[in-house]
Amino acid sequence: MFFKFFKNLSKSLTLLFIFVATPSLNADWFALNMTRGTTEISNEVFELHMLIFWICVVIGLLVFSVMFYSMWAHTKKKNPVPATFHENHKLEIAWTIIPFLILIAMAVPASKTLVKIYDDEAGDINIQVTGYQWKWQYRYLEDDVSFFANLSTDLDEIYNLVPKGENYLQEVDEMVVIPVGKKVRFLITANDVIHSWWMPAFAIKQDAIPGFVNTAWTVVDNPGIYRGKCTELCGKNHGFMPIVVKVVEQDEYDEWVFNKRQEAIKLAELTTKDWSTAELMERGQTVYEVNCVACHQTEGQGISGIFPALAGSEIALYEKDRHIEILMEGVQGAAMNSFDYLSEVELAAVITYSRQAWGNAEAGDGEIVIPKDIVDYKEPKI
Amino acid sequence: MSAVIENHHDDHHHGPAEGITRWLFTTNHKDIGTLYLWFSFVMFLIGGAMAMVIRAELFQPGMQIVEPEFYNQMITLHGLIMIFGGVMPAFVGLANWLVPMQIGAPDMALPRMNNLSFWILPFAFFILLSSLFMEGGAPNFGWTFYAPLSTTYAPPSVTFFIFSVHIMGASSIMGAINVVVTIMNMRAPGVGLMKMPLFVWSWLITAYLLIAVMPVLAGAVTMMLMDIHFGTSFFNAAGGGDPVLFQHIFWFFGHPEVYIMILPAFGIVSHIIETFSRKQLFGYSSMVWAMLSIAILSFVVWAHHMFTVGLPLAAEIFFMWATMLIAVPTGVKVFNWVATMFRGSITFETPMLFAIAFVVLFTIGGLSGLMLAIVPADFQYHDTYFVVAHFHYVLVPGAIFSIMAAVYYWIPKWTGNMYDERLGKLHFWLSFIGVNVTFFPQHFIGLAGMPRRYPDYALQFADWNMVSSVGAFLFGFSQLLFLFIVLKTVMGGKKATDQVWEGARGLEWSVASPAPYHTFSTPPKIN
Repeated sequence: MFFKFFKNLSKSLTLLFIFVATPSLNADWFALNMTRGTTEISNEVFELHMLIFWICVVIGLLVFSVMFYSMWAHTKKKNPVPATFHENHKLEIAWTIIPFLILIAMAVPASKTLVKIYDDEAGDINIQVTGYQWKWQYRYLEDDVSFFANLSTDLDEIYNLVPKGENYLQEVDEMVVIPVGKKVRFLITANDVIHSWWMPAFAIKQDAIPGFVNTAWTVVDNPGIYRGKCTELCGKNHGFMPIVVKVVEQDEYDEWVFNKRQEAIKLAELTTKDWSTAELMERGQTVYEVNCVACHQTEGQGISGIFPALAGSEIALYEKDRHIEILMEGVQGAAMNSFDYLSEVELAAVITYSRQAWGNAEAGDGEIVIPKDIVDYKEPKI
Repeated sequence: MSAVIENHHDDHHHGPAEGITRWLFTTNHKDIGTLYLWFSFVMFLIGGAMAMVIRAELFQPGMQIVEPEFYNQMITLHGLIMIFGGVMPAFVGLANWLVPMQIGAPDMALPRMNNLSFWILPFAFFILLSSLFMEGGAPNFGWTFYAPLSTTYAPPSVTFFIFSVHIMGASSIMGAINVVVTIMNMRAPGVGLMKMPLFVWSWLITAYLLIAVMPVLAGAVTMMLMDIHFGTSFFNAAGGGDPVLFQHIFWFFGHPEVYIMILPAFGIVSHIIETFSRKQLFGYSSMVWAMLSIAILSFVVWAHHMFTVGLPLAAEIFFMWATMLIAVPTGVKVFNWVATMFRGSITFETPMLFAIAFVVLFTIGGLSGLMLAIVPADFQYHDTYFVVAHFHYVLVPGAIFSIMAAVYYWIPKWTGNMYDERLGKLHFWLSFIGVNVTFFPQHFIGLAGMPRRYPDYALQFADWNMVSSVGAFLFGFSQLLFLFIVLKTVMGGKKATDQVWEGARGLEWSVASPAPYHTFSTPPKIN
């Protein structure tokens, strides 16, 4: 009965397997090993990995072959009278000393590479990387450029409503751009919980820890787009905050920096513009979908017990000043952090949006917030 | 496992009480051992069901079955339940059954505390599991509960989690004290320290580790409690605290904890390999010294779990070298097992199959551990599925296979009945194939770059994740067969002899099968 059951089970599992495996054409049966990466360090790390891997394979094969030989040759049938030895000092000393020597042979090159990785000199370009739930902020310290990188994969792809794209979960709305051949140093920290910034192609993995600044550096010689991920559990969207670095030639990099600065100037001009409610709402929805939706959800309903609802909330209905204050300062002891890093326009838009959407405008006082309100809030208070 | 024969040659004026009070009020080491073993099996099935949810969600890219929020609760509870509810109580159950019988003692030294240390456990896990139904859900910060995700950013149920960990810790400490006191004071005359069976040795060392580190864990969760409710900032950077301090404290507990879950397995496997090779264990004293070295080294390697937190270079190098050093005594143990089998007279009953699989698969897990010790390479492995593959290789075909081997090996002594050898072998092969199909591909997934604790993943990881899930379902459902085999053996079967296994050595085989309710009321004579 049991055998039949398992036979049927395996048959249906096989069918299921064929059924679901066929359409996943992008998948890769040959993604078996670490990749070499693209930098000198990542190549050294790869060599170390292969060295220790082969040493382990050889040790494993030696041990297992003796064991399997015994299992074959020393069965009760073939060897009815067991031997009686139960110690051998020479052998025991040998198999203590030899592994010790092998370990030293592995630890020495590993330590050498590690010393190289721990080079603390400042880079040609220094980028502060800050982990947020659940996005990365990049600030170019010399070039005065700053932006957030959010996952750009569509929710419909994640929930299987449309086919998944080639870079599913590995694409962002804004890539980190660095030039070839320059020493780039990353200063890695976090704003809320611990994250970890991992770029396999550069062999960099550094935890981003609130209150600490960790450093890592790289020199990349090959232009291209490199993809990495967050590798420290940081809450519910831990799997959805990828890292994408675009390495370009120096002149392309200079042009990119120039354009980013122009954008910033344009954005500053927007602060003084006269905004209509509809314009604020439109922009606010975009800001909301990028920054707020993970916790407060699409209909502002929140998640019971952890993330408060915005739809129908007293603050969103009646307390405009408190509403601004929460976004600027965060809520002490709760998951809500300050969003003062958003622009005045973005803040005004998103507050207006959450005071107007989901029936809040009708249920409450419907007051909107304009960029000037945020500027006023930021004025030094007496 | 609970069958008890009352009128026996080794008889006494009192047997077990009748009905439920037998189990509630028992101070008998065999009853308490049975309780622990059944409890751990129930937890194994609950934790296993959660693993099935995890693997079902990871069967394909995209979110299908659960939301990321619930997925994080599953990985957290799966880890906590398997470690604190599955593996640890199973070993305590085995210690209860076997330590007194192996050293010729009538019972554990502190029988009432023994009862208490078991009966608080169900409450601990009731509290932990009830958090699933609380507003905001169960703990969702991983079994390692790194602050501040587990403090400032935790769901309200974290307080229940803290209380539950305290109870588990109290239970473990009491259990450990009991084992130490029993072994130190109640050995039959002639059972010197270096004559103790290796399972007893392994548990003596494990018990000291438990006494040393469980209070550290209690300290860590108490600091969390203070941070959450009483305004302190131990781990809150905004208040001048240090989130990395949490990890140091946690892993100072956590690494010895890893050996708490593997040392008793070393003891079990040594007995089984010796028995079915019909040859005395090779290198008894080096086995003892190896376990002692592993235990001592376990206190100075904790930061190898934290190579990416930004430790200074000197610390990275120290912890790398210290960690690699552990491979030496561990290697000695593996070589000794192989040397025991060499020129033995081997048969392959179910316990032996599990023990051999233990040696092979634990060695694979140990070798990948060696790879993880290489700091520059660890920057690529850390927190990927390579780590998941590594620790599941040492915990599932390591710790859990050893527990299954122990059950098959000693169940004839516990129940007086032989288990069904054909079904036992079937269970072994299903588990062996299942475990490897589940966890071997996770090495590939990890090296290819998939981080752990991800509810969803990029497309290049799809194929091997699917294979891994199929293996997990096979392994998971095979354990129902184990339940069936154990129940069948408890209820009847071919009668076991007192000796049970031709090559078995040790005092427990000198008493009747099933072992009478009270054994060694007068100390045995040791030759």
